[in-house]
Amino acid sequence: MTLAEAATQTTRERALELGLTDSEYDRIVELMAREPNPVELAMFSLLWSEHCAYKHSKKLLRRLPTEGERVVMGPGENAGAVDIGNGYSVAFKVESHNHPSAVEPFQGAATGIGGILRDVFAIGARPIAVLDSLRFGEPTSERSRYLFEGAVAGIGHYGNSIGVPNVGGEVYFEPPYEHNCLVNAMCVGLAETKRMIRAAAAGEGNVIVLIGASTGRDGIGGASVLASAELEAGDDSKRPTVQIGDPFEESKLLEVCLELLERELLVSLQDLGAAGLTSSAGEMASAGGVGIDIDVGRVPLREPDLEPFEVMVSESQERMLAVVEPGRVDEVIALCRRWQTNADAIGEVTGGGHLRVLRDGEEVGDVPITALVDECPLYDLEPAEPDGWIYDNENTLGDREDPSEILLALLASPNIASKRWAFEQYDSVVGSRTVRRPETSDAAVLSIPESGRAIAIAIDGNGRRVACDPHTGAIEAVLECAQNLACVGAEPLGLTNCLNFGNPEKPGVAWQLDSAVNGLAEACIALGVPVVGGNVSLYNETEHGPIYPTPVVGMVGELPDPAVAPGAAWGEGDEMALIGPFAPSLAGSELAKLRGELDAGLPATEIEAVAAALRFVREVVREGGVSGAHDVSDGGLAAALAEMAIAAGTGAEIDLDPLIELRGCSGETALFGEGPGGILLAVPSAGGEALAGRARDAGVDAVAIGSASSGRLEVSAAEREVSVALADAGRAWGSLGAALEGD
Amino acid sequence: MIGVVQFPGSCDERDAVAACERVGEARLLWHEESDLSGLDAIVVPGGFSYGDYLRAGAIARFSPAMEAVARFAADGGPVLGICNGFQVLCEAGLLPGALLPNEGLRFVFRQVELVAEDFGGPFGAEIPAGSTLSIPVKHMSGRWFAPDEDVDRLESSGQIAFRYAEGHNPNGSVRDVAGVTNEAGNVLGLMPHPEHAVDPLTGSEDGLALFRALAKQPAAA
Repeated sequence: MTLAEAATQTTRERALELGLTDSEYDRIVELMAREPNPVELAMFSLLWSEHCAYKHSKKLLRRLPTEGERVVMGPGENAGAVDIGNGYSVAFKVESHNHPSAVEPFQGAATGIGGILRDVFAIGARPIAVLDSLRFGEPTSERSRYLFEGAVAGIGHYGNSIGVPNVGGEVYFEPPYEHNCLVNAMCVGLAETKRMIRAAAAGEGNVIVLIGASTGRDGIGGASVLASAELEAGDDSKRPTVQIGDPFEESKLLEVCLELLERELLVSLQDLGAAGLTSSAGEMASAGGVGIDIDVGRVPLREPDLEPFEVMVSESQERMLAVVEPGRVDEVIALCRRWQTNADAIGEVTGGGHLRVLRDGEEVGDVPITALVDECPLYDLEPAEPDGWIYDNENTLGDREDPSEILLALLASPNIASKRWAFEQYDSVVGSRTVRRPETSDAAVLSIPESGRAIAIAIDGNGRRVACDPHTGAIEAVLECAQNLACVGAEPLGLTNCLNFGNPEKPGVAWQLDSAVNGLAEACIALGVPVVGGNVSLYNETEHGPIYPTPVVGMVGELPDPAVAPGAAWGEGDEMALIGPFAPSLAGSELAKLRGELDAGLPATEIEAVAAALRFVREVVREGGVSGAHDVSDGGLAAALAEMAIAAGTGAEIDLDPLIELRGCSGETALFGEGPGGILLAVPSAGGEALAGRARDAGVDAVAIGSASSGRLEVSAAEREVSVALADAGRAWGSLGAALEGD
Repeated sequence: MIGVVQFPGSCDERDAVAACERVGEARLLWHEESDLSGLDAIVVPGGFSYGDYLRAGAIARFSPAMEAVARFAADGGPVLGICNGFQVLCEAGLLPGALLPNEGLRFVFRQVELVAEDFGGPFGAEIPAGSTLSIPVKHMSGRWFAPDEDVDRLESSGQIAFRYAEGHNPNGSVRDVAGVTNEAGNVLGLMPHPEHAVDPLTGSEDGLALFRALAKQPAAA
């Protein structure tokens, strides 16, 4: 749109077109005490979008615990951070790039990585790991395969080129994501705590310096028309709202920003993400209680004829905004030149409390910062529990009843099958910290010689289970991460989350969101894990309905000695024990999905009992006597045992009758039932009973279930028996690549 | 003192310095530096120099540092090129052959096994012929290629340094070649990353021998 075109509409009509409501527009006029001009309106439409203003989620998020003694930075900064000792902190955050990826998967996913990296180095932390959480429709669909392949290639392209290892992640394929895929990326950074920097602008007269790429027309309206509305047919036309990533530019930007901070040349630093300069300048000014003048005539452009509003809302990537004392501007610019990076003084900090936009010195917009950043109306949800299961069911398993056949079908199910096809496209070792690579243990393990310890990272969120029961499903997402950390001996330090939901204005989705946030809060409080940051992605919905409600949880933990962190394989002759209050149920399970028997409801979870089991697991893992550890997750015990066997290249003889006796469940439920609180530990020969006994003495449920030997996996469970050759199990589990390549 | 060249877009330069420091001393060498005095050996590390947008290594070879490295190599100084560094050395004409996009046209990360050939020079002296090394690869354009008659000649002159073990070739390179030397043997390039194989905690320590070769160089005059 040009200004001339805009002039033919009333400002109100234009406001509605940009995604604002009538009452929001009225409020803007009231706050401004006049009608906004087109530049101001463009800025409001972006910052008052759901994506930037969190207007349907902000009130809910207040329920999450955000404080803890290790918390260095909490929500509201570019990323959260926790203290890991010896003067160091780890910073981390997860963020979504869903709608851009649905429209253009390669660039959408690539720039998702770029954005989350900038969030982390904006606070002065060097990115040391990336993880991703992806959701697509079934790989039988050509479009899903195209989106998955594009997203994986984009993630790899960006992360590999920057030299940040991709150490883990998860992928689920479910029909409700067919028309609205999810691409969530998490970045973890390491910083000397004293060098970390906040985003608040300060110091009237200080200079605003724009660092990095020049500004173009890409991503205009990305946060409003793309990220804050439902996807519709014909959204391919929104492709120009997707940004284009340039990892080389970001690599230089990363190095230059860290060097600028190292030399203490910056007062504050902020990345440019959604809504570009408007959002960065607005948030910096708001946090510092100051005003900012920006002269768009001094912004380096990719094409000469950008309108002021376009410069202010462009989402061109690889840009940062810094506040610099006037006497240090030359030094900042010189250092940027050394890295062949643009740096231009484009404005200054003022005392006025306004964001003023100038073009070559002439004012073209003037907005009170508080109106822009803090006065967006917040909405209460109107939740209503839907009647039963609102998603489809399809039986893809046929009438197979034989447990061995069922196990092979589960292992070949894209949700459970090895994701090697994807993670082989990622560099997982650059940086020399990666102790546990993808799929070799339940959580990624990175050594941190700076603190003399190590960290573990996990990311998880089974949307299908949250769809069955948003409250319990969200609790399970937190527990799953904590279980993954416990398997390598790590204790949680902090959590970040990305809430991916449908349209919150619809009562059923509102109920999912409301219940899930309650579940997250309950689990975080019970485990004592603070939420240090996150992101909300709403309107993940099309005319085919909403996605599964998908709260993705990223968790960072700490462990003393990475050398004893076990992998997810057992050794020949090991004995296995199942630790924890795991009470298998077929509700919401992968088997229920394959049989087309999904329904509302999950068994309630005893968080305290799970927490006690995790304390026990951590303790024995840290002692160093555990040779393999794996939590029971998708596909139940049978799948978890098969995964350990495949990783080990050694089968096992397992008897689940002690579990069946303890829980009073059927053999089939013991084999394939799912639920939180189950950890498989393998210990050297003859240690299984002793380990289970020790757990019970500690008040934790435990049963010894068998030992590792031979080339077959034999599992007896009351009336049912699984017997599969390891080679067959491995072939099924390794079949995803072939499914994607279409052979 | 080992110099590790740093281009804009390098990724593994810090890892290479850390690997060198396990056996000796090292420092970064900025791409605009052309004074190599005080350096006894050079590593051209992995990454995406200048973004590698034109062709892997095509721009980096023109940097002042690489012009100095070419003179250093001509004088017999030991130079190790890893991944992107190997691509740069081929582009600069310091090593034979070229590196083409992987057969699968995708980036590949994998722990692979290499078999050392009987090759000369400072690197060959550290690694017995026939030994097997477990080292990761991670690249998009790692398919080493040279015309048949050139490969024949390189084989007979002992310039093939490493091959991927059977079943381990990740990129479709000609005759499973993973690394080659120049005629004098003082310049070695390979696609696998020995700097990510220097500690059993993070994988293996099979790559350490190459850095030991660099550290053993007599101090520069």
